[in-house]
Amino acid sequence: MEIHGYAFTLYILLIPFLLFIFLGLSGHRFKPLISGIVGSAGLLVSFALSLITAYRYFFTSLHGEDGYSAIIAMNSVWLRLTEKLHIDMGILLDPISVMMLIVITTVSLMVHIYSIGYMKGERGYERFFSFLSLFTFSMLGLVVATNIFQMYIFWELVGVSSYLLIGFYYQKPSAVAASKKAFIVTRFADLGFLIGILVLSYTTGTFDFKTLTDPAGPAVTHAGGATFLGLSIITWSLILVFMGGAGKSAMFPLHIWLPDAMEGPTPVSALIHAATMVVAGVYLVARLFPIYALAGIPALNVVAYVGGFTSLFAAVIACTQLDIKRVLAYSTMSQIGYMMLALGVSGYGGHEGLGFMASMFHLFTHAMFKALLFLCAGAVIHAVHSNYMNEMGGLRKFLPITHITFLIACLTIAGIPPFSGFFSKDEILAAAWHHNKVLFVVEYLVAGLTAFYMFRLYYSIFHGRQAHYHHTPHEAPYVMTIPLMFLAAASIFTGFIPFHNLVTSDGMHLETHIEWGIAIPSVLIAAAGIAVATVMYRKESTLPARMASTFRHLYTWSFHKFYIDEVYLFVTKKIIFRYISTPVAWFDRHVVDGTMNGIAWVIEFTSHRIKGFQSGQLQQYAIVFVSGAVLLILVFIYLLY
Amino acid sequence: MHFLNLFVIVPALTILAILFTRDLRGARWASAVGMSIQLILAGALVFMYLGARKAGVTDEMLFTSDTSWFPSLNIRYAIGVDGISVAMIALTAIVIFAGVFASWEMEFLSREFFISLILLSSGVFGFFISLDLFTMFLFYELAVIPMYLLIGIWGSGPKEYSAMKLTLMLMGGSALLTVGILGLYFYSAPEGGQRTFHILEIARASIPVTAQRFFFPFTFIGFGILGALFPLHTWSPDGHSSAPTAVSMLHAGVLMKLGGYGCFRVAMFLMPEAASELAWIFIILTTISVVYGAFGAIWQKDLKYINAYSSVSHCGLVLFALLMMNQTAMNGAIIQMISHGLMTALFFALIGMIYSRTHTRIIDEMGGLMKVIPFLSVVYVIAGLASLGLPGLSGFVAEATIFVGAFQHADTFHRVVTIVATTSIVITAVYILRVIGILLLGPIKNDHYEHLGDARWYERISTIILVIGIAGIGLAPLWLSDMINFSLGPIVSKLAGLVNDVPLVLN
Repeated sequence: MEIHGYAFTLYILLIPFLLFIFLGLSGHRFKPLISGIVGSAGLLVSFALSLITAYRYFFTSLHGEDGYSAIIAMNSVWLRLTEKLHIDMGILLDPISVMMLIVITTVSLMVHIYSIGYMKGERGYERFFSFLSLFTFSMLGLVVATNIFQMYIFWELVGVSSYLLIGFYYQKPSAVAASKKAFIVTRFADLGFLIGILVLSYTTGTFDFKTLTDPAGPAVTHAGGATFLGLSIITWSLILVFMGGAGKSAMFPLHIWLPDAMEGPTPVSALIHAATMVVAGVYLVARLFPIYALAGIPALNVVAYVGGFTSLFAAVIACTQLDIKRVLAYSTMSQIGYMMLALGVSGYGGHEGLGFMASMFHLFTHAMFKALLFLCAGAVIHAVHSNYMNEMGGLRKFLPITHITFLIACLTIAGIPPFSGFFSKDEILAAAWHHNKVLFVVEYLVAGLTAFYMFRLYYSIFHGRQAHYHHTPHEAPYVMTIPLMFLAAASIFTGFIPFHNLVTSDGMHLETHIEWGIAIPSVLIAAAGIAVATVMYRKESTLPARMASTFRHLYTWSFHKFYIDEVYLFVTKKIIFRYISTPVAWFDRHVVDGTMNGIAWVIEFTSHRIKGFQSGQLQQYAIVFVSGAVLLILVFIYLLY
Repeated sequence: MHFLNLFVIVPALTILAILFTRDLRGARWASAVGMSIQLILAGALVFMYLGARKAGVTDEMLFTSDTSWFPSLNIRYAIGVDGISVAMIALTAIVIFAGVFASWEMEFLSREFFISLILLSSGVFGFFISLDLFTMFLFYELAVIPMYLLIGIWGSGPKEYSAMKLTLMLMGGSALLTVGILGLYFYSAPEGGQRTFHILEIARASIPVTAQRFFFPFTFIGFGILGALFPLHTWSPDGHSSAPTAVSMLHAGVLMKLGGYGCFRVAMFLMPEAASELAWIFIILTTISVVYGAFGAIWQKDLKYINAYSSVSHCGLVLFALLMMNQTAMNGAIIQMISHGLMTALFFALIGMIYSRTHTRIIDEMGGLMKVIPFLSVVYVIAGLASLGLPGLSGFVAEATIFVGAFQHADTFHRVVTIVATTSIVITAVYILRVIGILLLGPIKNDHYEHLGDARWYERISTIILVIGIAGIGLAPLWLSDMINFSLGPIVSKLAGLVNDVPLVLN
């Protein structure tokens, strides 16, 4: 169904794409500042168009009894594959994609503006803005995809933009290594995604989301077909697709790239590795949610447990890290784990769909407050030129705006009312309570840990002993603090958006209310976490060191991120490189090629041996001739008589 | 005079013009003008072809012409093109054009160099327009022979060894081909009558199945050697690493495609029953090629070796997809040929340009080139991203088509090998990013590199034309895909119905 009046949404994507081309090809011809301003101005237009889209979609379009339905704003064939399968390029508007348009353009715009100040004086300023535009374009293309292959295409494009931006400081070996790692790990996960698409599309005969997610469509109705290892083929394909999502969203055990990705410039971490790209995995599951919920419950359980485990695992690691960006990175993993878990415990339609709504709600609020946290961290790093919290302390006097906004973000993520994180987290906890008590308890624990490590971070940066600074830290310029203030306001107020009326699993309104029986304990747990952090880190004390030595093993394992990186290094360096690749190269040179050379050698050898017969000497020919003749005569005589 | 003949005549005239020049300056300008005309002709051909199809012409081959040449054996000079050969001709024209500009500074025996290079290209053009097996084979040899001289005289490293190895292995392939082609000829008239070398006539005649079983392996392996079929690919790393830049470009970019094209047009099209029976053997070999080539590339240190192994992997995918014998996978195979042709030519061009500056091809000895030669480095990254299948560039279109097509088979064997082949996308990412990381990024390793100059104008022309091709296909693949699809129709319909028998052979 083509609905007119939404064709303008194309420009939301087109503007960043044109900016990418323009800044990439000719950005270096202008003053650097021009690139920043042009980039931000372009994004402002995209942002405004997204707001218009959201307004029209949610508040003026016709949605009666059926709730919000999906609108195809445009769609055209990009590549025909088989009679049934074709890759289209188009724009699909439904509650979650419209919500994502808002998230992406808001955060991207803030990051653009902030970067004008943050990246000032950096080499490759225009390159930075060009890549930011590429990323924004790809991410927007991902969320509005009308079919799963279009999503995969943009999925790869966000991957490469992330690669380019993590490796922005390309002369720094650690940045190069981090970018490579991020790309390869996510590529490995994408292999699962691709195979999942192949299986899914073969079984259902379509790539199209509308057909796939139709509760009466082929994906759901074919679910009872062939099985493999006890699970239906559809379930397997969903698990494989989720592998791609887990890679992009840094779920255990494919998370190892995200902490290293912090090598990129801080605004990039805020945009890509906190607010938008890393939630693509959540979005992917949400996009295919009807199939997960109606035809692949085992796959949905995988989502729930992977999410739940990651949220705990990452929260534990976050408590011991010293690099402030890494703390935030683990925090991001933990929060995305929350969103995955919420999807995993959700059902389709009606009140069963509470988890879905909660997940999307948390995605939205998290994007705002996590982007804020990263941008604040950027302002701090900008001021003290270090990433390590033990080289900071007492900064609240020097950075008043950053201090307040950071505190707001910390309270939000800790889930203190009335900040937005409280509302979205409460919905998740309520959804978990109704479906899975084990995961529910895990989430309570994570809530406490989250409050603890966030306030550990807060006190270490802004309170405690004032570190020795080479020059007095100073507050960032307005071009950087205004985005902070905007996002702080968003963190405070977005909790009041009536998500349950707007973004639900089946587009229908959902009646929810705060379940105080769940909310009050969770607030108390968070408060306890904050209290512990206050005692330990507000004033300089020996308590943290004593704690660390008491729980020595846990501390060491957590500090070393449970040695997952080392396991990966062992597998790749030792097994793949040493025991597969090197032998293959040797085999090729010595066995396969050796055989070819061997054949050549045999021929040469033989020819050396027999070349004597053609010596050109008449006497030798005569002897051979005569002896041959004699031999033949003897043979004839023998045969005849 | 017939339009298609121009593709052979223009190179011949160019060679003639070079003979009248006196030095490098003249030779390269003569070549540049000649090959520009060739490029324009190729563009015109694409438009004429698409126009004719749009006008509703449904003949299998367009712009055909048929001249008797050696009547007693019914050898004819028969030419004509369909969508597939049009695409291959366009590829060849782009690559030879870029190749001429990439050898702009070929000081040593420059006239002879350009003559051999263009002679080679005329062989390739002739091959793609031929419809008669005999002339096709003749042009094929015309393309292979100058290769020996080009590597042996203008090469580097152990060039005599490499040239000899390459030529002997390809000649071995030719020997097998001769048997295969003669077999086709002698069985081309099973009910008596005039025997023929003409592809379309043989296709209509349908060769007896017993003869097909015998001659199919000869033909397929004969062309397969040129297409780097495992384990007969070992000429490729040595040959490429010794060859001068433009020759590597043409060889990997175009000549290896002769192999894939021949496998498809001669072996599979003319002997479909045998092809479907024996496909599984070659599917296994090509699956090995795909993964093995990629693993082989990971630990190489020489840029050209990396690209040579990468070509083994990518060309393996071409044959793999052809053997899947359905329309989608075959379409992907043809796109992969074009895509790989463009990007590998780009790789070899860049490697040559980097080598001319740093005088080494060992990646560990270089580093941080992005800062000093940004243009070449950025183009290298683009080529790398195309190679690892980034959407928006041509490699992705080919791989997506191939994998979706190959996965349409309902039996386990085809699906398992497809999944095995897909793993190459990860391994490819590993070796491509490793090279980019070591070669281009990081700090500058050698102080002498601080003063390297970035690309000159002719180097820019050479690389930009290839990048345009790669990005053009990557962004808007539909016209190419449709053009190929239309021509695949009759071929696939010939194979249809046979394909389902394949799993039976295995069971």
